[in-house]
Amino acid sequence: MESAIQPPAAATRIQSREQVTRAIGLAAAGMLAVALVMVFVIAPSGDVRSGGEAQRIFYFHVSSAWLGFGAWLVTAFCGVRYLQTRDLRWDRRAHASAEIGVLFITLTLLSGMLWGRPTWNAWWTWDFKLTLSALQFLMYVAYLMLRGGIENPEQRARFASVYGIVGALTVPLNFLVSRVLQSIHPAVFGPSVNAAEQGGFGVSSERFVILLFCLATFTLIYVFLLRWRVRLLEREDELAARKAALIEAT
Amino acid sequence: MTILLSATNIGKLFGMRPVLRGVSLEIARGEFVAILGANGAGKTTLLRILATLARPSGGALTIGAVDALAHPDRARAFIGLVSHQSLIYPDLTARENLEFYGRMYGVGKQRPEGADQEPGSRGERVGRRVTDDELQPLVEDALRRVGLWNRRDDLARTFSRGMIQRLTIARAILHDPLLLLLDEPFTGLDQAAAANLSALLCEMAVRNRAVVMTTHELGRGLDGVTRALILKGGQITHELRDDITAGALIALMTEA
Amino acid sequence: MRLATRQIAAIVRKDILLELRTRESITAMAVFAVMAIVMFNFALRLRVDAFRPLTPGVLWVTLVFAGTLGLSRSMSSEQINQCMDGLLLAPCDRSVIFAGKAIANVIFTLAVGLLVVPVMAILFDETLMQPGVWLVVLLGVIGYAGAGTLIATMAASTRAREVFLPILLFPLALPLLVAAVIATSGFLDRLPLDEFVAWIGVECAFIVIFWTAGTLLFEYLVEG
Repeated sequence: MESAIQPPAAATRIQSREQVTRAIGLAAAGMLAVALVMVFVIAPSGDVRSGGEAQRIFYFHVSSAWLGFGAWLVTAFCGVRYLQTRDLRWDRRAHASAEIGVLFITLTLLSGMLWGRPTWNAWWTWDFKLTLSALQFLMYVAYLMLRGGIENPEQRARFASVYGIVGALTVPLNFLVSRVLQSIHPAVFGPSVNAAEQGGFGVSSERFVILLFCLATFTLIYVFLLRWRVRLLEREDELAARKAALIEAT
Repeated sequence: MTILLSATNIGKLFGMRPVLRGVSLEIARGEFVAILGANGAGKTTLLRILATLARPSGGALTIGAVDALAHPDRARAFIGLVSHQSLIYPDLTARENLEFYGRMYGVGKQRPEGADQEPGSRGERVGRRVTDDELQPLVEDALRRVGLWNRRDDLARTFSRGMIQRLTIARAILHDPLLLLLDEPFTGLDQAAAANLSALLCEMAVRNRAVVMTTHELGRGLDGVTRALILKGGQITHELRDDITAGALIALMTEA
Repeated sequence: MRLATRQIAAIVRKDILLELRTRESITAMAVFAVMAIVMFNFALRLRVDAFRPLTPGVLWVTLVFAGTLGLSRSMSSEQINQCMDGLLLAPCDRSVIFAGKAIANVIFTLAVGLLVVPVMAILFDETLMQPGVWLVVLLGVIGYAGAGTLIATMAASTRAREVFLPILLFPLALPLLVAAVIATSGFLDRLPLDEFVAWIGVECAFIVIFWTAGTLLFEYLVEG
């Protein structure tokens, strides 16, 4: 197990790591500005059935969904690495990724509702894709509650790793289920039976480029937040270690 | 003397707080070792690590010829543990409890007399075909040795604290372990039962097993102890081989 | 018998013996299940006239909810006097303990299923008593008990214990629930088998995933 108290020699390495994080943050902010222009100025507006101007939310909706589900896979991967190495750094990454995953899955749900209201005339339907997103949200909440319910950091890391892994194992089953069940949610890629009636729309090459740019932007925001949160968790652990050392000394 | 257990530089962190810092010890067959320490010195944690119930944060542990950190399942066949908790199902009878644990240990046949084949060798008693008929005499023997044979068909929940403790001991010696670990075993026993346990532990040592027990009571249960270790702040600070008396131990333990 | 088989059998036998003696787990599950069915009947019929389409859903939600009672009971019985340590001291791989506990949980949950299915068949006048439905119930229970044993072990060591079990387990069990409901509906509606046989496949996939995960990951939940 690593000692959380950093020797002075490591201080410069931490400093340079923090600088990289800041640089990523700046780059993400710049890209987000460009993305906003692309989405609201350059992108064509949708036809009436796909929500008109509201269709523009699609770019951020898909980008958040990508991270809302992807962040769990990062958590699961870090869980596997933690169980292999027993290095709490992996647990901090898993933890941070789950917290940020909550943010993005929440954005996914909210942006979907904002689009669904004018398009489907309902904030919420019990469509399977929507239900899956809600389920993913609940899984994050359960994961974070589990973490909150365990005192011992090492046991917490083990349990959280196991939950992250089994959670990821249900993903293929869930996708199988959502593929087979009828869905009114537009299938953006690939053929959809009655796409137009469902508010579907073709993704033209122009829209595709903008979508790719938004995906890259959101991913960079995720990386920035992850590094930032991991560093913060690291500091919390350092503090706990120093406190323990102080108590020990007295 | 054959070394039965060898622990090297065992460390254990609870979160950020070190509970054990570099404990090394070797236990040979025929030894009866007492580990003494104040509450919170790390005795229970050390014993749980030796019993393979807890994983050390660092260090190496060999039991018999088996690397107990890499293959704990094989090492466990050589270990018997009496812990703070009884590990007894209150809704099973004394006999049913022992039968269950006997099956879990694959207990069935007596180890051949002499019993000096190397503990690392497989098949000593693990993985053989055994039937319940062969289990019964062992259960009876264990219950008789702790004086519970006449209560064998009573539910464990009707037992007094001392009787539960005796049943716990019967559970731990049922598979005739080479290494018996006990965590404060004299707590809750009356005079007669304590004397009985003392005799049983000495007899284990004489039969070339090894016994390791923790205690914070300096007066009780030290008859027959061949070596005393003092654990303080997660480290073994003193070792006493001869002249293990309460007076000598108090002097060492209160030493700054 | 190989030692591992004997150990698994010993755990199952011990759990059955305890259950026969205390009757805590199956009784609680069964009473809860019947109560749930009665309450569903009241609550749902107030707005829906045709109750039959709801039968598969009611059946599975009832089994899933009742199952959590047995699962947490199965783990709390190992926590009295720290008996779990006794299991962990046995010379066996941790997966043996998982298998023993999970099989016992399958048996108990199945016992409740054996009661609930006929009760629902009578109360709702449904053709639930058919081999296809029994197969779906069997597979569903095996999958649920496998996932449940793993999660119940986890929940048992947290501060809030029982509270955590449904919170952690239900999101994972959802694909199983969906598959079981659709497969049960398929048999009740006498659809051609090839229209819903894939859902029985999803149940099987769930079993494979969670029994494998349980076997491999259980050790991380019980190490001290």
